[in-house]
Amino acid sequence: MVLDAAHGGDEAGAALGAGPEKALTLTLSVRLRSLLAARGFQVVTTRESDVAVEADHRAEIANHSGAVACLTLHATEAGSGVHIFVSSLAPAGEARFIPWKTAQAAWISRSLELAGVLDSALNHAGIPVTLGRVGMPMLDSLACPAVAVEVAPQRGADEAVRESLDDPAVQARLADALAAALLEWRSLARGAR
Amino acid sequence: MIPRHQAVILILLLLASIVMGVVLWNLRERAHQRLLQGQASAPTQAPQVAAAEQATLLVASDADDAVTPRAFTLPLPRSPEARARVILGKLFDLYALPGSSHPAPGGASSVAQVFLMPVTGSARPTDSSGAAASEIAVVNLTGAFAASHPSGIETESLTVLSICATLHANLPEVTEVRFLVDGETRATLAGHADLTRTYLTAETVPRP
Repeated sequence: MVLDAAHGGDEAGAALGAGPEKALTLTLSVRLRSLLAARGFQVVTTRESDVAVEADHRAEIANHSGAVACLTLHATEAGSGVHIFVSSLAPAGEARFIPWKTAQAAWISRSLELAGVLDSALNHAGIPVTLGRVGMPMLDSLACPAVAVEVAPQRGADEAVRESLDDPAVQARLADALAAALLEWRSLARGAR
Repeated sequence: MIPRHQAVILILLLLASIVMGVVLWNLRERAHQRLLQGQASAPTQAPQVAAAEQATLLVASDADDAVTPRAFTLPLPRSPEARARVILGKLFDLYALPGSSHPAPGGASSVAQVFLMPVTGSARPTDSSGAAASEIAVVNLTGAFAASHPSGIETESLTVLSICATLHANLPEVTEVRFLVDGETRATLAGHADLTRTYLTAETVPRP
């Protein structure tokens, strides 16, 4: 399993209520890594501290790990709940050599399945989910089932924030739901072999 | 000791070089002034004498994570490139309003230029009316807009999506869109959405 805490170092990402995006993604990554390790996963992370890591280097780490799933973690103040994005590249067949910038094309169908499993688990935990497709350089270079998970505050019908991302209980619930989804994904992957 | 005539020639050449340098500097300054005056007088908004026409804007909403069509009546110039710039300017004006469904500062001035060109690899294909059948739009955004755009996958991808879909809705011949920021390629809009790829407008049209 590869966990990528987006941004880091000089690249702070979005400005959130209680701090920059880079801090929240790292917190989520560390929390999720612990939960997954406790369930017997071998977890590879792209960063463990507040350091800048190039997008290509993040993809290199993920692609060398041969991971069963790759999650790149982001956070935002826009929207509500969790946004799950799959690369918008057109699906392509597997080949011996694949272009770096469109490596994800060979994994799109598996990535869509992974997004579906995450969607179910998060909905089961009462967290609203929005599914989408996006063109993102790092995501497009991943040679594994991969999704970008962007967490946002939960808002009511009046757009007021009901659950802030600064709340450790909200972070724990998000990490628990993601860990449950990845556990199910591993079971499905083993069953498919 | 160099001969006297060579010293004279050397001094004359040196003087000629200095005079030519001064003349060139003056010409450069005059050209620069002409350029600045031209920029200052260039229209940044559609002239009000242009006929008012209906334009469809695909307006993004962060709450719904979607773009929805809205019709506006605008004075639109005849030139397709100027028309595209005016339409995108209106879209960006909506995003800059207080309480916008998709906040993004900057307004109409965030779109520096829009260039329309035939799709690469084909001689300008034409339909029966003689108009270009397939064009690529190159949208040149200002660096100030990119620097102040909210960061996030959803918000950035909605901005890109709404630009592409709005261009296609009003100029159906636009099938591809590329982005520049201050005239140069840029990796992402604000850290997430890819600005180096060519976007196909067929993939950005919202499904009913």
